[in-house]
Parts: sequence; structure tokens; C-alpha cells
Amino acid sequence: MKILILIGNVPDTTTKVRFNADKTAFDPTGIQWIINPWDELALTRAMDLKETTGGVVSEIVVANVGRQETEGTLRKALAIGADKAIRIDADAKDAFYVASQLAQVAKGYDLIFAGIEASDYNGSAVGGMLAEMLEINSVSAVSGIQIENGNVKINREIDGGSQTIALPLPLLAIVQKGIAKEPRIPAMRGIMMARTKPLEVVQPIAVEPKTNITVFTLPAPKAACKKIAEDQAKDLIYLLRDEAKVL
Amino acid sequence: MSVLVYIENWDGKLKKVSFELASYASKLASEMKTSVAALSLGAVEESELVKLSAYGISTLLVNKDERFNNLDNQAIAKAVARAAEKTNASVVVLAHNNLGKAVSPRLAVKLKAGMVSAVHGLPLSIDPFVVTKMMFTGKAFGHVAIQSEKKVITLSSNSFGMIENQVTAAIEDFDPGVSETDFITKVEQTNKITGKVLLNDADIVVSGGRGMKAAENWAPIEELASLLGAGTACSRPVSDEGWRPHSEHVGQTGKIVAPNLYFAFGISGAIQHLGGVSSSKVIVAVNKDPDAPIFEAADYGIVGDVFKVLPQFIEAVKEIKS
Ligand SMILES: Cc1cc2nc3c(=O)[nH]c(=O)nc-3n(C[C@H](O)[C@H](O)[C@H](O)COP(=O)(O)OP(=O)(O)OC[C@H]3O[C@@H](n4cnc5c(N)ncnc54)[C@H](O)[C@@H]3O)c2cc1C
Repeated sequence: MKILILIGNVPDTTTKVRFNADKTAFDPTGIQWIINPWDELALTRAMDLKETTGGVVSEIVVANVGRQETEGTLRKALAIGADKAIRIDADAKDAFYVASQLAQVAKGYDLIFAGIEASDYNGSAVGGMLAEMLEINSVSAVSGIQIENGNVKINREIDGGSQTIALPLPLLAIVQKGIAKEPRIPAMRGIMMARTKPLEVVQPIAVEPKTNITVFTLPAPKAACKKIAEDQAKDLIYLLRDEAKVL
Repeated sequence: MSVLVYIENWDGKLKKVSFELASYASKLASEMKTSVAALSLGAVEESELVKLSAYGISTLLVNKDERFNNLDNQAIAKAVARAAEKTNASVVVLAHNNLGKAVSPRLAVKLKAGMVSAVHGLPLSIDPFVVTKMMFTGKAFGHVAIQSEKKVITLSSNSFGMIENQVTAAIEDFDPGVSETDFITKVEQTNKITGKVLLNDADIVVSGGRGMKAAENWAPIEELASLLGAGTACSRPVSDEGWRPHSEHVGQTGKIVAPNLYFAFGISGAIQHLGGVSSSKVIVAVNKDPDAPIFEAADYGIVGDVFKVLPQFIEAVKEIKS
């Protein structure tokens, strides 16, 4: 079984978001880049599956659409344990553009993992689009996956509960919280080995994005918090009713 | 040209989000000077469907095939695409929830449509079609233009609201054009959350953090929530510790909620937590640390002990409700 994991390169989650002067582009100055949190959990789960299913998982490949700057993130994925990385050398223009690029390299896998969203543009689209382009099945909000006799068992969250479901392979699983508990941290040995693992660079195909960001805005600053004394706490409830009018 | 909205049901009833979606789609259609149609798939009571006419839906395409209730996104995407073609929809609107996230990207590829998810409110302009979208998990927004002729958008819940607009609805039987082989997902077990307000539907959310100290201290949070008809939530470490279920975790890596009122008890207000709750209309924070960052995001706050404040809140809510 071959597993492909889509890897997003995103700003660290503690980043204070800033934009350029005319608010048309994200300002990358001083940003620390990380593997998109859900993709990192997906890779962690793939590694667990490889190690616990006795040779069922033969290869784990990671793929990213990005410029050379994103190679650090791919090397980290290799250090965590992926066997090979693919970078499609293009800017990630929009979800449709990224999925179209990935479709070139994503054929022939039994299982593909994507994250439920990227923590920067919160698109929630690349995984599903790629599955449709590849004409394979997909399942979203996956919070658990097991391999049993070559079949996969999935736990997914639905609006109003959770389910255990079965789907045939090949399958694209769009994963969320729960798929793995904590992301794996690369060990020294992994970091050394990552240097010699293959990182293939693929040229992009010609395709037009379908959307573009015209301007960024920041949420309006909040008015100062109105403080109530601890022993007057009941007053706060009355303020919610009479002043904020939310009760 | 028209607007198509995908309406969701659960347990034979329309979901709350469906009424917001209906309100939104009918308003969008009127801004676009075109008509609106709604699509409902799966077993749902007729008495439920007619409720949509109170929110501006005049044409309702319905297929009650129970297999749709298994929430197979390949089958649903295929049926929605067919409805979009039938109604010549230029914009298809879905919810930004688990199902909407699963279906909309497949649908967008089928329709050769540009897609934007987590849209806030009505488009800023129709031609060019520009919408406001949440980004960086609530730390920013972006204006996004969709160039393609067809468009798929998912609406952030509680970003538009429900607007009543009574019309007369015509219910049409819809042939979804799917066969047995399109229903791929085999459901083995379903665990329904029962007797609780679902987090995504909740107008009020009562949330607890590590400051609640232990799982057994949650009784007052549950009591306050049930008095208010609120959903319950928690910070990430609380669900990681297993004090509360994962489904309650809100924030950057959990659920994003935007209720009218969000209570944070013993939550420090880390940037990853705030990302998931900052679109709430009013935030109330209770924390014993006056410098906790949650107070920067809060509208009302008490610097104090959650275990002293919660009983007073419960008492006051009982007074208000009686
Ligand atoms: C990649 C990444 C993603 C993350 N995603 C999320 C996410 O989605 N959601 C999330 O919540 N976190 C997330 N986190 C974790 C986040 O950084 C914080 O660690 C977390 O939000 C802290 O949870 P807390 O506020 O409950 O706990 P703490 O930070 O420990 O805060 C507890 C608070 O309770 C107060 N307190 C203690 N006792 C009392 C008392 N008796 N009365 C009143 N107040 C009291 C303390 O003053 C303190 O402010 C993420 C972190 C990373 C690295």
C-alpha cells in the first residue's frame, strides 16, 4: 500500500498576521514556517500505520506545491519519516490551481491524506478537489483510520455525532483532529537521514486559478473589556440581557 | 442564471443552519435579480420542508431517497451538480460545516466553478463577484474574487442570520440521477449526540479551560448551559486530557464557532484558542489572572475564581428566566 500525504507550508500558529502596505499580500517577514497542523497529524498516523501493520504500507510520499522556500517543511516531513518528497515548483495560487498541480503526481496511490484545511487561508478545498480530479472516493472530517485486511475503517465526525464507516481503496481521506494525538517530532537520526532522501522537483502544468484575493482586512479592534467585580458577578448576567441584549 | 442552496436535514428534521442558508440564498438571489431554488436530499418530513417558505424559498427540489442520509459525499456532490445544471445555477450555496466541506470541493470541480469557503455575509459586489472570507482562523479576513462563470460558496454559520420572508413554495420531485454504485460509504455505526445543543447550532456557547481543574468540575458549566439552551465547548488541553470529548474542542485545530455569546471560564486566551472564537458577537471571560490575554478579546470580564463566579451566574440566569 502506497500512501501520499499533501503537505501545506503555513505560518506558525502563534504568528501575528501582518500584510504589506496596500494590504494585497501576506507579509512573510520574520515568519516561522511549519507543516500545516493537520498534515503533520496525517503524516504521524501514516507512520504509525507503516510501523504497526507489518509491511502492508510500503511507501510514504509527501507532496507540496510551493517554491524552494518550502523545502525546509518538506525536509521536516522526511525527517519525521516520509520516504520521499515531491515539490511542484509553483506558487500556491488558489485551491483549484494547487489541486490541479497535485493531480499530476497523485496517481497510483492507495491512500491519500489531506488536511481538513490549511491554517493560513482556511480553504477546506484542496483534498476534495483532488479526489474529484482523480475520480477517486473521498471522505472528510476523518478523526481515525485503521487498516484491516487491506480495507480501511474510518471514524469521521458528522454534524451531530460521529460514525464508523468503511470505504474501498483507493481513497482520499481528509483528516482533522483525533487522527493522531500528538504530532511526531523528528529524531536526530531522522534529521540525518532526511538529507539523503529523495526530494523531487516537478515543473507545474499550465492552469488558471479561478479565484484571487483582492485585499486583506483585519478584524475591527475590540472595545476595552468591561470588568465586573467577582462578588458582583450577577450584574454581568443582567448586563448581557439589558446592555448587550444577547440573553 | 439562478441561485441554488443545499439544505441539510438530520433525524428527519431540517437543521438550524438550513434556515440561515435559505435566508442567505434568497437575499443573494434578489441582489443578483434572479431566482432561488433549494435542494433537499434524504428522508425528511414534509412538514419540515414547507418551513423554508418562511425564509424566501419558492422552489424546492426534493428527493427523499434514504440512502442520502448516509452522507456519502460522492453521491451528494453528483446530485447537487445535477440540480445546479437543471436550475442553471450560477451560484451554489452550502453550509461551512462537515458535510458542506466534504461536498463543495467535489461539486466545484464537477461544475468547473471557482469555490470560496467560510464566506461571511453577502458578496461585496456581484459583478465582479467578490466575497469576504475568514482567513488565518479568524485573525484576518480576505476579499476574494471568483472569476469563473459558476461559483460555489460555503457560508460561515451565524455570519448572516435568519431573515423571515414568507413566500409560497412549490415542491418538486427531483431525480438525482444517482445509482447504487454512487453510494460508496458503508455506515457501520453512528453515535448521535442527543439531548444537547449542537455546538455549530448554538446561539450561546459555555466553554471551560484548564482553569476548571478537573473533569468532575464541569457540573456548573453544564447547568449554566442547559439553563441558557447553550452548547458546551472547551479548550484544547481539556479535550487532550480527556476531561471533555474532542467534539467540544474549539480553536485553531478544533471547531470554529461564532455564537452570539461565548463564555470562557478558566481559559487563558492563547492565540490558537481565540482563532476559533473571535467571531463571536459577545465574549465573556472569567479568569483569576488579570493579565490573561482572554481579556483583550472579551467584551465583559471578571477577574476572579470560576468556582465563585459560576454559582452567581447560575442564580442570576434563574432569576432572569423565571
Ligand atoms: C499548533 C497548535 C494548535 C493549537 N490549537 C488550539 C486550539 O484549537 N484550541 C485551543 O484551545 N488551544 C489550542 N492550542 C493550545 C494553546 O496554545 C493553549 O495551550 C491552550 O489554548 C490553553 O488552554 P487553556 O486556556 O484551557 O489553559 P491554560 O493556558 O493553562 O489557562 C488556564 C487559565 O485558567 C486560569 N485559571 C486557573 N484556575 C482558575 C480559577 N480557579 N478561576 C479562574 N481562572 C483560573 C489561569 O489563570 C489560566 O489563564 C494549540 C497549540 C498549538 C501549538
